[in-house]
Amino acid sequence: MAETIFERSRPGRRAFSLPACDVPERPLDELVPAEQRRTTPARLPEVSELELVRHFTELSTLNYGIDSGPYPLGSCTMKYNPKVNERVAALEGFSGLHPYEPEALVQGALELMHTLEGWLAEIAGLSQTTLQPAAGAHGELTGLLLIRAYHEAHGRAPRKIVIPDTAHGTNPASVVMAGYEPLAVRSDARGGIDMDELRAATSEDLAGLMLTNPNTLGLFDEHIVEIAQVVHDAGGLLYYDGANANAVLGISRAGDMGFDIVHFNTHKTFSTPHGGGGPGAGPIVVRDTLAPFLPAPVVVAEADGRYRLDYDRPQSIGRVRSFYGNFGVLVRAYAYIRALGADGLAHVSEAAVLNANYVLEGIRDLFDVPYERRCMHEFVVSGDPLKQHGVKVMDLAKRLLDYGVHPPTTYFPLIVSEALMIEPTETESKESLDALIGALREAVADAARDPELLHSAPHTMPVRRLDEVRAARQPVLRHQFAPE
Amino acid sequence: MLAAVGAASVEELLADIPAEVRLRRPLDLPAGVAESEVFEELRALAARNQPASALVSFLGAGAYDHYVPAVVDAVTSRSEFMTAYTPYQPERSQGLLRAIFEYQTVICELTGLPVSNASLYDGATALTEATLLAGASTRRGGVVVSAGVHPEYRQVLATTSNAHGPRPVEVALSGRGYTPLESLAAAVDGDTAAVVVQQPNFLGGLEEMAAAAQLAHDAGALFVAVVDPLSLGLLKPPGEYGADIAIGEAQSLGNYLSFGGPYLGFMAVAEPLLRRLPGRIAGETVDTEGKRGYVLTLQTREQHIRRERATSNICSNHALNALAALVYLSWLGQEGLPELSLHCARKAAYLRERLAALPGVEPLPEGPVFREFGLRLPVPASQLIEALVPQGYLAGVDAGRWFSGLDDVLLVAVTERRTRAQLDAFVEAVATYLAGEGKRPAGQGKRAAGEGTRRG
Repeated sequence: MAETIFERSRPGRRAFSLPACDVPERPLDELVPAEQRRTTPARLPEVSELELVRHFTELSTLNYGIDSGPYPLGSCTMKYNPKVNERVAALEGFSGLHPYEPEALVQGALELMHTLEGWLAEIAGLSQTTLQPAAGAHGELTGLLLIRAYHEAHGRAPRKIVIPDTAHGTNPASVVMAGYEPLAVRSDARGGIDMDELRAATSEDLAGLMLTNPNTLGLFDEHIVEIAQVVHDAGGLLYYDGANANAVLGISRAGDMGFDIVHFNTHKTFSTPHGGGGPGAGPIVVRDTLAPFLPAPVVVAEADGRYRLDYDRPQSIGRVRSFYGNFGVLVRAYAYIRALGADGLAHVSEAAVLNANYVLEGIRDLFDVPYERRCMHEFVVSGDPLKQHGVKVMDLAKRLLDYGVHPPTTYFPLIVSEALMIEPTETESKESLDALIGALREAVADAARDPELLHSAPHTMPVRRLDEVRAARQPVLRHQFAPE
Repeated sequence: MLAAVGAASVEELLADIPAEVRLRRPLDLPAGVAESEVFEELRALAARNQPASALVSFLGAGAYDHYVPAVVDAVTSRSEFMTAYTPYQPERSQGLLRAIFEYQTVICELTGLPVSNASLYDGATALTEATLLAGASTRRGGVVVSAGVHPEYRQVLATTSNAHGPRPVEVALSGRGYTPLESLAAAVDGDTAAVVVQQPNFLGGLEEMAAAAQLAHDAGALFVAVVDPLSLGLLKPPGEYGADIAIGEAQSLGNYLSFGGPYLGFMAVAEPLLRRLPGRIAGETVDTEGKRGYVLTLQTREQHIRRERATSNICSNHALNALAALVYLSWLGQEGLPELSLHCARKAAYLRERLAALPGVEPLPEGPVFREFGLRLPVPASQLIEALVPQGYLAGVDAGRWFSGLDDVLLVAVTERRTRAQLDAFVEAVATYLAGEGKRPAGQGKRAAGEGTRRG
């Protein structure tokens, strides 16, 4: 594979240009004393602009996005990101705003935030929104801090948060960061929360419950009303991990299910591009009773039609990040919701559910289906039947790369052996779904015919299978410069 | 497709949702519109804002108006980067993994520390993560934080540390605008996990980082430096003055102002802290044929493997912002970064000297600065800011937003985008305004740099 940008570097080459420094020159020592100055320059790449562009263009060809092809990565909602969203986010009236400009100069931005807050509240079925959290996990932490503040305001200090065994890893990690103890409950035979376990886990020490619904098995928890009842009766609050909200837009709202706090991953549900790992945004919406605790500042609409940032929130948990959140990402989410409207969003979820069921029917004979139910926007099957060929789901995933599709999520959720988690999303056409089904069928046929083909997959990528153990045991985490 | 799944309608597929939680009405949202209408509506909203470039801006305080070269957009808008998920399948994600690896390298080069992660959300959450890392590493329960650290970063730390992690003890700035070493020393004790100091500090002053690091290490604590990476073309890298952890906001590296986000938190650490580092890390390895390649590595630190025992809950990070920073630094190159930082420092020094020559205006702090500086004015800073907007200036940030006693302190940032003509005209505008104000009753006298936090 090609060179790193450091290997492309040649002394003295440069891409940048700088305006002439038209103020009087001063001795360096007068600007910054020698003992505070850097003595050896950072070894940054020295390349021309063309070499720079070629380098990153080459890297881009070694990568794969939703624009490249199907990306059925379960729980990640890799839907198409409409291009107009990029165009509007790049408008200088948004991208060029400094966060500390006087409020009078940023009325359009504040209005956008305020309107989006209202839309998200309506979609969630709750009342007040904060746009500050930078990602879903950050929303989780914020929501858990709100739960803590709520209990404290009521003179309580319960310590435990119930999490089902199907939960995303961020849930228990966020629980610990919020100073709580996670308490895992098992799933029942239909893939929902085991109600007996939940009741047994319920005590005065219960601060709340975190749940993804539909859960990471792609199944809607049929007991949701009862779950909410049990948790609320014990004095706890319910947190909705919105990672799977793409299944229920306009169909069922978290607030109506009994949840008190919801986060949305705008980079999943509302089509903001994931950027190869981020940035996303994780706005959260809460019930009225939790509104006083929301992070400050909040955007307030005045009677005269003006907007301002309200910092005077005596019960607020405080800030959870600098400035006002990932505004540029939120502009894209606004554009997406605006384009689709109420009908469009409901149609998104209907199509997402139909597409997932269609793919499930297309491959169900190849795998074990652990829960014989209709799935929602995604589903999980077990690759156990491949074991007869000595093939693991990891091998299957690598073989799928050869067929030009991005593999589904593997080995998650943890409660399904050799799990394969597939989320086609609503933006894939029937032809594209058929191609995905075809690729899965071909790869499984390969496993029966020639298991070695899968063990040694991928065969068509820029690299063959990579040694992850070596990467962890002998970490090389930056370019190794040749000695001077 | 319905026939293929054996359902008469989509409704049938939704049968598991209990009737009582079904929404039996359309969402109360505006009806959908065509792309052209979306564009017009957002263009109209954008037009109700004044971007910093529409005025002559001296705003900084953690977000800086540096020029973003066109190559940054050209690269980050390539959809193979922009529309990819986290690189869970390394063989199909070599481009992004290599870019992360290169990003980690430039962060290590800038900070003088050997290990960098793949990015965090922003400078504020990076501070929280640094204190958690220090707490876990030292098994101690407190952190000593200079009030010269960005107030919003300290506010975020206060929010989270309330529930979990080392408890912060803040050390006030002196009346001269610096972190007093003796106050740091007095605040540090046997339970101090880390000492945190920002360089340059929030008012622009250069702190005694080596001495502060020594003081921390003498007490068995780690030293955390909060830095703007763009300053490291000129200023000593944290690794050279003994920082164990360098964190901060890297927005200034090729990322747009964008009303405060998305920006780029970064974190670099000393080797012994590697296995407690939060977030993604890319590493070099080989494939089955011995060919070089890259993977996400040391994942047993992370939430998707370790769950409640993870070093952090972070999952999505700011990969695309990190890519922008990498492209920007590659554009600047080894010579460009020092040239740019020196350029900013020269213009800042020039403007500061001219403004400080005005009657009643004094620098705070008085010592050397990089690209931003505080000025004590004979009037409240908010008044001057408001008065100069109609003349086309964003004069700076009012330090009194966060510090009681600093209502008369204006923070002024100067990037390479400001010309001498703009600086000179700005000085005239400030002079004219202050001369007019001088005819009114006198402003407030000098006060110590207070510590009350004003705004949420």
